[in-house]
This record gives sequence, C-alpha cells and structure tokens, in this order.
Amino acid sequence: MDMIVQMLPQLLIDGLTLGFVYAIVALGYTMVYGILEFINFAHSEIFMVGAFAGTETLLFLQGSGYLENMPAPLALFLAVGVGMILSGLLGVTVERIAYKPVRHAPKLVAFISAIGVSFFLQDAVRLIEGLWKNAFYLSTPQLFDTSIQVMDTMKIPVKVIYIVAIAIVMMVALSLFVGKHKWGKAMRTVAQDKDTAALVGINVDAVISLTFLIGAGLGGAAGTLFSVQYTLISPYVGFILGMKAFTAAVLGGIGSIPGAMLGGLLLGLVEVFGAAFLGIATGGMIGAEYKDVLAFTILIIILIFKPSGLLGKAVVEKV
Amino acid sequence: MGTIKNYFKLIKEKQLIQLVLVFLSPVLFYLYSKSSIIFLLFLASLFLLYRVRLDLRIRGAVALLDLLLVIPLAGLENSYYLGIITQIVIYAVLAIGLNVVIGFAGLLDLGYVGFYAVGAYLYAFFATTQANNVIPESIYQFPLSGNWFWLFLPLALIVSAGMGVLLGLPVLRLKGDYLAIVTLGFAEIIRIILNNADKPINFTNGPKGLTPVKPPELFGIVMNQPIHFYFIVLVLFVMVFIAAYRLDHSRIGRAWAAIREDELAARTMGIPLVRMKLLAFATGAGFAGMMGVVFAARQTFVDPSSFGFMESIGILAMVIMGGMGNIRGVIVGAAAVVILQLHLLKELSTFLTQLSVSGILYIPSQLDPAKYEKLVFGLILILMCVFRPKGLMPAKRTMELIKGFRKKLSKESLIE
Amino acid sequence: MKKLLIVFLSLTLVVAAAGCGAQGSSGSGGGNVIKVATVTPLSGSQAAVGESIKNGAQMALEERKEEFKALGFELQIAPQDDQADPKVGVTVAQKLIVDDNILAVVGHWNSGVAIPSSEVYAQKNLAMVSPANTAVDVTERNLGNVNRICIRDDAQGPAGADFAYNELGAKTGFIIHDKTTYGQGVADEWKNRYEAIGGKLLGYEGITAGESDFSAVEELVRAAGPDIVYFGGIYPEGSLLIKQLKEKGIDVKFMGADGMDSAEVITIAGDSAIGTYYTSAAADINSTPEGKAFADKYTEKFGKQPQAYSGYGYDAMNVALDGIIKAINENSGEKPTRDQVTAAVRTTSGFVGVSTNVTFDDKGDNTEATVYALTFEEAKYPSAVVKMIPAGEYLK
Repeated sequence: MDMIVQMLPQLLIDGLTLGFVYAIVALGYTMVYGILEFINFAHSEIFMVGAFAGTETLLFLQGSGYLENMPAPLALFLAVGVGMILSGLLGVTVERIAYKPVRHAPKLVAFISAIGVSFFLQDAVRLIEGLWKNAFYLSTPQLFDTSIQVMDTMKIPVKVIYIVAIAIVMMVALSLFVGKHKWGKAMRTVAQDKDTAALVGINVDAVISLTFLIGAGLGGAAGTLFSVQYTLISPYVGFILGMKAFTAAVLGGIGSIPGAMLGGLLLGLVEVFGAAFLGIATGGMIGAEYKDVLAFTILIIILIFKPSGLLGKAVVEKV
Repeated sequence: MGTIKNYFKLIKEKQLIQLVLVFLSPVLFYLYSKSSIIFLLFLASLFLLYRVRLDLRIRGAVALLDLLLVIPLAGLENSYYLGIITQIVIYAVLAIGLNVVIGFAGLLDLGYVGFYAVGAYLYAFFATTQANNVIPESIYQFPLSGNWFWLFLPLALIVSAGMGVLLGLPVLRLKGDYLAIVTLGFAEIIRIILNNADKPINFTNGPKGLTPVKPPELFGIVMNQPIHFYFIVLVLFVMVFIAAYRLDHSRIGRAWAAIREDELAARTMGIPLVRMKLLAFATGAGFAGMMGVVFAARQTFVDPSSFGFMESIGILAMVIMGGMGNIRGVIVGAAAVVILQLHLLKELSTFLTQLSVSGILYIPSQLDPAKYEKLVFGLILILMCVFRPKGLMPAKRTMELIKGFRKKLSKESLIE
Repeated sequence: MKKLLIVFLSLTLVVAAAGCGAQGSSGSGGGNVIKVATVTPLSGSQAAVGESIKNGAQMALEERKEEFKALGFELQIAPQDDQADPKVGVTVAQKLIVDDNILAVVGHWNSGVAIPSSEVYAQKNLAMVSPANTAVDVTERNLGNVNRICIRDDAQGPAGADFAYNELGAKTGFIIHDKTTYGQGVADEWKNRYEAIGGKLLGYEGITAGESDFSAVEELVRAAGPDIVYFGGIYPEGSLLIKQLKEKGIDVKFMGADGMDSAEVITIAGDSAIGTYYTSAAADINSTPEGKAFADKYTEKFGKQPQAYSGYGYDAMNVALDGIIKAINENSGEKPTRDQVTAAVRTTSGFVGVSTNVTFDDKGDNTEATVYALTFEEAKYPSAVVKMIPAGEYLK
C-alpha cells in the first residue's frame, strides 16, 4: 500500500503528459471524422512528419549554433511552428490527392486510400531521411534539462510544463475557433449536412480543406511536442500512437472536441496506472504487458453502456 | 480479304486474345514454369475464364484442367509459384469470410484476424508438445498426430464462430465506426493475451511461439509438401465459396442486404437484427478460424506477430479493392494484393538490383530497391481507390438501382 | 478509364517481362553464376538492423568476387526483404529454393521468421548461415542446413546473469523485456540462471516495442529498488529506458544483451549511457587490424559506422562463401550442389572473422563464440570489454 501511495503523484504527472499528447492527436481524428465521417488513418503519419519537421528544425538550430544562444522556449516555439505548418500543408495536400476524389464513394474506400497514404508516407520519410542523414532514427536535441521538485515523490520536468501549456493553449484556441469564429461555424454546419451547407452559400471544399489544415497542423504540433518529450523518433513512431489516439477519440465520443481531450487524458492515465498497478493488484500474476488489454477493455465497456462515447451526442437516425 | 477483315474484327472484340490466353497460357505455364510473365498470364487467363464467351461446359472443363492438372504439374517444377497460388487461395477464403461480414451485412470489422489467430493457436496448441503444459503427460502424450488436422478444421470453425457470437453479442448494437474500433480492440486483446499467456501458466509460449506444428496426415501420408497444401486449401476454398454463394442468395443473404442498406427499414420488415448480424459475424469468424488451422500447419510455426492489426488491414484491402459485396470480386482482390505484395514488387526490386549489380543503373545503397516495396504498394492502393473506387469487380448493389430509379422519377415529376 | 487500365496492365507486363528477363539472363548464364541471398527486414521498423546486416554481407561478397572469378564463377548477391513477417519470409524462402544458382542464404534477423523459413530451405537442403537468430529453437530442431555464428539465448542470458551476480555484485534484479521472441527469450534465460545462483528477482515486466512512454515501469523500478535492471530487447527502447531512468533520477545499474550493441545507444541516450553494461558476441571491432580495416572500409562505402550486426553479416557471408569454395574444391572445380555446400558449411572450423571466430558443432551452433561483457566507460561507441566468457561452457 505504501508503495502505491508513494508512486501515485509521479504516475499522475507521467500519465497526464502522455494523455496530453494523445489528446492533441485525437483532436485531428475527431475533427476529420466530425466533418467527413471517415477515419483518417494517415493522421498518425501526419503526426510523424510533424515530429520529423520539428526535430530537424531543432537539429538545424543546433548545428548552426543558434540553439545554445537562444532561449529554449523560443526554440520550442519555432520547432512547433515549423512542425505545424509542414504537417498542415501536407494534410491539405493529402486530402486533395487521396480523399477528395473518393468523397462520394463508400466510406471504406477512403479508409483504404488513407492506408495507402500511410504506407507511402512512412517509407517516403524513411527514403528522404535515409538519403539525407543516412539514418532514420532521429534523436531530438535536449531542450530543457531541469525539473521542479514539487514534493518528495513528485518531480515535474520543465519541458512537461511547456508541453502541457502549449497543448492547453491550442485546445482552448481550437474550441474558441470552432465555437465562435465564422469559419468555425461553417465547419459545424458542414459537419451536420454538407448539401444544406452548400445551399446556404458555404464553400464546402474550402471548409474541408481548412479542417484538414487545422487537424493536421495540430497533429504536427503534437508530433513536435512528442519528439521533445520522448527524444526518439522514427518513421514508424506514428502507428501505435495513432491507434491509441484514435481509441481516445472514440472513448471521448468521436466528433466531439472536448471528448477527444477527455478521452486522451483518460487513456493516458489508464495506461500509466494500469502498467504500474496491474502487477500489484494481481499479485504478480499479470503485469505491465496487459496495460493495453485494460485500456481496450475499458473502451469496450464504456461503448457498450454509452455507445456514442463519453461526451458524444447520441446520433438521431434520419429516416 | 473478307476473312482478314473478320479476323481484325475478332481482335477488336478482344475475343481472340481472350481465347488464345485461355487456351494457350496453361500450356505455356506448364512448359515454362519458371517464367514470371507466363505465370501472370496464366493467372489472368484463370480470371478471364469467367468472362470469356464460351460454352459453360468448356469453361468449366478448362478451369478444372487448370486447377487440377496444370497448376500441380507446374508446381512440381516450381514450388514458388505454387506457394503463391496457395497463398492467394488462403487469402481468398479469408477475404470471402470478411466479405460476408462487411460486404453482405455491412458490419465494419477491423478485428477479423483475431479469429484467424484463434484457429491457428487452437491447432498449434494440440499439435505441438505445448498442450502437455496444461494436460499432464500421464493423460495423453502430445502432440496429436497429423490425422487430427481434419477434425480440427471443423472444430476451429465452430470454436471461432462461437467466439464470434460471444464477442459479437455485446457489441453488435454499436454502429459503423464504433463497431470498427471495438472489433479492433478485441483483436488486439486476443493478440496481447496470446503474446503474454506464457505465465502464470504457459498456454501459448508467449512471443516465442509454438513450433514444430505437426503437418496434416492422411492414410499414413504426411502432407507437408507445397502440393499437398495446395489441394487442401483448394478443397476448403470450394467449400467456402459455395457456402458464401448460397448464403448470399438465400433468405439470410437478402436479410443481410436489407440490414446493410437500411437497418431501420429492415427492422420494420421484421428481420431479426441481432440474430442476423450475429450470424454474419460468426460465419466470417468461422471461415477465418478454419484457415488459421491451415496456416499453422503450413507454416509449422505460429507466433503472435503474424496476427497484428496490419494483417486485418491487408484482408480489408483485398475486399475493398476487389469489390465489396461481390464474392468473385474479393477473390480477384485477394489475388491482386497477394501477387503485388509477394511477387510483382519483389520481382521489380530483384530486377532493379540486378541492373545495379551489372552496372547498367546506379542505385545508391540508401535507395536499395528492396526497401521500397511498401511505398509502391501504398501508392497503388491510393491509385486504385481514386480511379476504381468500386473495386475491380463491383457488386451490383440494389440500392443504387433504386436511387437511380428515384432520380429518374423525380426528374419526370419536375417536368410535369 | 479504359486507357488507364491499359496503362496499368502494360506497366504490369513490363515489370513482369523485366523480372522474366532477369531470371532468364541468370538462367542462360546459369553455368557459372553463384548467388548468395541475404534475407533481412529491409522495410518496416526493423529495417535499420536488417540493412546493416545486408551491408556487411554485401561487402564480404564484393571483396571476394575476384576470388570466385579466378575459379571461373560469377558471384552475385540477391538481397531480399522479409519485412520481419514470417509469412513473407516463407514466400521469399520458396522463391529462393527455386533459383538453382542460389547456394547459400545469410539471414534472418527475427527468429520467428527464421524458424518457418529454414523449414523451407531444408526441403532443398539450402545452407543457411544466420548472423543474428539467437532463439534456442533455431538450431534445436536439428536441421542439417541451419547454422548460426551468433550466441544462443541460453548461453548469453546465463553468462550475463553470472556476470551481473558475481562481477557486478548485483544481488537483486529487475527484468524488463520487450515481449518479442528475442527480448523475452534472452530475459527468461537470464532470469532462470540468476535465480538459480541466488539472485533475488524483484520484478519482471514487459513493455511494447515501438512505444516511447515507459514511465510506469520505471516507477516500478524505483519502488522496487533493485541493484540491477536487466533489459531483454533492442537498442531503441533500451536506450530510451536508460535515458528516462536517469532523467527520473532512478539510480540503478543497467544491463542488456547484444540487442544493445549499437552506436545508436550513444546517439539516443548520450551521457546517460555511461556505465551501462551489455553482453555481445563481438568485442570492439576496431581492436584488431582486420576489424579496423573492415570498419574503415564500411564507413567509407556506406557513409556510416558499422553496427555490431554489420560485422556478423560480414562474417556470416564469409562463412558461407568459404563453404562454397570448399565445396567447389571438393567437386574438382565444378559448380557444387546444394548438398555439397550445406555439408561444407557445417564443417566450418577455425574460421577467424572480424566479429567472431566460428566452429560449428553438429547442431550448427558456434562453439567458438565468446560472450563479451562490455560497458560504456565514456559516451562513445565501441565500448570497453570488461570480461570474456567462452560461450562453449554454456552449450549443452
């Protein structure tokens, strides 16, 4: 019991950090799903490209000697900015090339197209990095190496504070944008009914492009933050994380922006606490390796009792 | 002069080419069993048989000759192509099974491979010494002999179908993508448990996998050669094909179509939703489980890494690329994906390597052609989706007919 | 639409024709062409190691082309990608056994792929020299064609446990493994030995390869407070663990197996790697003149430092080529059959390589393999040798 109490505070911090990363990635899934009702399987690769863009920016700054002389937060903002822009543009491009032509085909076709994009991007990044750096595992430069000792058993690394702060700012900004801004309102209209939206003079194509731009941009930012936090990236880093983030989006109620945040945080906490306590709870019968089983079980149970996710609206069937 | 004109006309109708292909390529394949191009021509001719304008009896005879004589004979010469054809048939069965769930009943199942794993582990568990970890040797000395393989085929079908029902029962009231993520979750849970169930009691030997799995045995003959597996999967394929075809054209099949097109209307018509959905789920699961047994016996080795999420995605790609809802379509899809992944792309990279080895083409080692097979595969997936969104052989969907009809009606009413 | 289909079809045909041509050319010159295949993952997340094996093997092959030319044979490499997938591995194996010019295979990387694939090679008695498959089952099936130059899990794990307990004085241990055939395999062997000689195991946890957040397991380590953490797995996760443990201020000795034998450990973990121990079949490759020459040449050719597995790939290819030459000589200068090559490879004895010396026993295990215990004394690779343990002691 002592052990549990001792571990609790630190696990809370670790779980929340992981949860915030999940949450921002989940936003990308949820936004696209909300509008097009399709699982953008390639979002995990957009995330990965963002991680590479951010890391390459930091590596460039490091290589040219600027990194030492500039305040670390500035470098972080720069990296996040580059990651966001590159991923955002990539997201729009992918939508134009691979999704738009199949918008009126069955939903699953777009899903397969997205898988194609995902395969392509993984190996394309590997190809580019292989030619350029002759390696495709990249190590992100250390930005902040101090931590704040909050209590005896809890230490918060400074980088986590920045990461969480940036994540929260982005989420609030997104909520405000979608809720208040003209374009945000257009987005919600398109999400409800594309045909009617077109009728009332909304440029549906532009709205969809914007959705991809924002969703992918957030994915890119998440990628950069991820690389700063965990310091090792590869072209395949997106796959598992993307699957988890999508799970988080469904858990929170897919299509719902606060739902994605809640789902992400919840999943992060469940994973970390599950990994730590499964062994203790079962007396060593099963251990940390079952954390994903726990996460998926919770998801399934929640969906059985609340089929639209935690914060999702129950879909009223149109007859 | 007239004959030549006729001759050209024939070509124009593509009849002659088709005919030549259908009759000539099996002969060529038999004679030159190592040539890649003839192998592909031969496969194309097999699928052409379905479309060529000939008497059904002749087509049937050629098909039987191809499947029962040409392939095995050429396969004795070149076991590689036989292996690929076997792989195609295995995936065709899996794709037909998934097609029942997705194409017929419209249930998005991303965890299909979980049932495949159940079948594979079921047989592997008893056909290796693994079972003695749970059942003491004093009761029975495992492994079971290869004769049991035949019993395990229906057994795996029943067990997997049963699991399909068990898993399906709580989740089938979920819709669309929620169902997708839940099935994905179930498959992951199955895989993780298989990967970790080596303690506290060693059921699955964890990531180390189970080996050596006993090959099938029939009348004292150990069937571990590629040719044996070809015939085994061919028989299973025919059975599954007939079963799926009959289901599609039965009352059940029409009920599935009704659910797929409009659940609410189907319910109003008095179709028992849950029972029908469960039936589709269980049918697909059963086929997958049965093929799992074949997989285990053929590979002689099973480990959890063979049953990852990407495997489900691969089968899904076959169904979608082939033409969702159309049994023949998904077979074509399975063939296309398997040939692309296991043959064409590898052949291409071998060819490029050959060029760079002989100095014709300079390829830096970072750009080794063998490394970009998946990139090309991804590109082809995108192109396929963009240019043939309904698959290679689209199903005739009744709903579209109705929609078209409706449009026509509304136009007419506008004029009035 | 139709045009597109035609373009697609004709493209397919061109590719097929090309493939056909490639096979045809080798077929026509079949009399004097000898091919050796490398089969490793060249795409997917494990491609980095797969590539370093292939590069090493390719170098060995290119160095000896002249030697084969003098004997009247054209030596060619046939690199293959098994995608770390058993199913793909088996298909590739079936493809290889059909090409009569292929006389030996260097591969694979994953034991899970090697086991079913080697069954296929066995059908045509095609010799396989494995640079990296450490799982016990690989050679325990007593296939005449399967050999490996690396150390078995049940030699490396116990050797590591003895070293940890006796030399490092670690009386309590904590195992983290990556739930793969290799990682859990070697960790289990370490565990059995460690407990047998009196070590106390405080924890045994699995992580998922490909993830980056191991904080929960690290907190468990902190709570248990062991003398040593033993990691069964590959360097990306291992290096992250080292780094994250340091960042969290958890002070514990860290030990890995040959999956940690990589320059990347330093790139990823930086200074945190100092003081990390690992076991490997290869010592510092630069310590011998031959090894140094190999490393320099490799760096020049591929633009990066050789990994430990590049050396294994190089040695495995040389073992295979030696076997082929021996078979040629025994066959009075004619092109040997696969049976002859397989028999000749198995009789390999006293081979001196850049990473390891090789003598095969009747199972195909390398009796001359040495387990080196190494440590990063400073943040640079290669690391320093602490102890040499002959693996033969642990071979049954």
